[in-house]
Amino acid sequence: MNKPDAKSNLNIMTACELIKRLGSKEITSSQILSALQAKIKETDAKVKAYVRVANPVDNPKTQKPGVSGALSDIPIAIKDNICTDGLNTECCSKILEGFKPPYDATVIEKLKAAGAIILETKTNMDEFAFGSSTENSCFGPTRNPWGLECVPGGSSGGSAAAVAADEAIMALGSDTGGSIRQPASFCGVVGLKPTYGRVSRYGLIAFASSLDQIGPLTKDTRDSALLMNVISGYDPKDSTSVNKEVPDYTKALTNDIKGLKIGIPKEYFIEGIDPEVKAIVVDAVEKLKSLGASCQEVSLPHTEYAVPVYYIVATAEASSNLARFDGVQYGYRAEGVKEKLQSLINMYNNTRGKGFGEEAKRRIILGTFALSHGYYDAYYLKALKVRTLIKQDFDKVFSQFDCIVAPTAPTVAFRIGEKINDPLKMYLSDIYTISANLAGIPAISVPCGFAKNGLPVGLQVLAKPFGEEMLFRVAHTYEQNTPWHLEKPKVS
Amino acid sequence: MSIDKDTVKYVAHLSRIELAPEELEMLSGQLKDILDFIDKLSKLEIKDIQPTSHILPINNVLREDSPRESLPVAKALANAPQKSEGFFVVPKVIE
Repeated sequence: MNKPDAKSNLNIMTACELIKRLGSKEITSSQILSALQAKIKETDAKVKAYVRVANPVDNPKTQKPGVSGALSDIPIAIKDNICTDGLNTECCSKILEGFKPPYDATVIEKLKAAGAIILETKTNMDEFAFGSSTENSCFGPTRNPWGLECVPGGSSGGSAAAVAADEAIMALGSDTGGSIRQPASFCGVVGLKPTYGRVSRYGLIAFASSLDQIGPLTKDTRDSALLMNVISGYDPKDSTSVNKEVPDYTKALTNDIKGLKIGIPKEYFIEGIDPEVKAIVVDAVEKLKSLGASCQEVSLPHTEYAVPVYYIVATAEASSNLARFDGVQYGYRAEGVKEKLQSLINMYNNTRGKGFGEEAKRRIILGTFALSHGYYDAYYLKALKVRTLIKQDFDKVFSQFDCIVAPTAPTVAFRIGEKINDPLKMYLSDIYTISANLAGIPAISVPCGFAKNGLPVGLQVLAKPFGEEMLFRVAHTYEQNTPWHLEKPKVS
Repeated sequence: MSIDKDTVKYVAHLSRIELAPEELEMLSGQLKDILDFIDKLSKLEIKDIQPTSHILPINNVLREDSPRESLPVAKALANAPQKSEGFFVVPKVIE
């Protein structure tokens, strides 16, 4: 990595490096903010990782005064679907235009209590997290810092691109079917989806409540562990959060995987995978072997059913969650046709017809269909049953193996516009990430190489529920013995 | 099983989403493709499998029914497109 000189390049450093320098009074928090501001000014007109605010770091109100904690004076970028008290949170959707939440999400409260600085602007995303490319945003697409003609992945594409371009130190995203891990893979950063129930969802604007989790996007695994220490834990405001002690995740960063048993799922290396990605991931598996792990082929036989199950379960839950956007309590209300204005139902229809983007409409209608009379058994109930089979596949492997290692995505970042008119093709780019959400298990993506065109490839590690320490152990060991996480894109 | 234009129109109505004619046309085709793909699930024998609607073994999470501070009215209404005298305002429902 370029060794930053004392003050000017603070934005390229990790939170852990900054914390060390803040502790020795070598630097101040305003110097970090100035460095970020300068970088955002220099590159965000091209990358477009942030939305709405031109000057995102100039907001002293976003830090609790006088608080010191694990993230004191560290700025953090937040995805546009996580509620921040008084700061616009719009899910990058016209229908939430102007929405300023009257409260903080639990993760934001925790970050503030740890001394972190919440950036005023939010990071770009697919509308309501519906997408895999950050093209479905009412603010327009984010671009991949490694190749501006390519997508950053999605839906947390803004968070991943901001971290990759050094426009952020660290960021929060959300992952319903791969929305943290796939953009982490496409942008060459570290992205973690925690176990379902590990991190409170209170204040995360719901997409699919049985799948959603908030998680970190960071420059390395150490920062990921540090951020997980802060945001994890039981929250009485989220009835699906689990009352289970949070370990110190940084203690799992041991640089030792000797004797670990790692399963390599054969179904993740067949149909649809780019041969170059496959070769890079196979090399990474060899690396893990050389570091002392024993890697063995395993089978997750229901893998091919994960995408169809997901697009029933996730859309069904979304159709119900998004019923609240009706032009009454918040956000946009359509003016509508004059004679129709008289009717409440027509106000709903117009508001939702004009306020939601294409993909949101597609998913709400698909989900409503799957739940509607006469189709419920054929689609929704069937999907829930196959979800059981997918979970059992993982249970079986984890009874014999410490973790699973696989590609994060079947390809590197694709070009902007390439899949936007073919929803099914877009859905298949989540083929390796969706299963972890359906099974509720944690998974991390770490950089594992570059394709010939210079775009990053991600390695995914999956573990049993509440196995985050195993993820950190394996991902950190791999990271510390490879150079990939130190590479930086040249945005031009 | 598949989906035709009339069904899409009906489901859009259930969803309270007004679709322009060209949107209806496009969505009908796309939803048909997606559902054809999803029909792959029919290959599986699942009669005796229990459904998983939720991954955690927790249910009926209850809390003490004790009074707490709630949002003040002004704050709750702050984001409303139209409000009056402490209420959300919607188009007239009854003439």
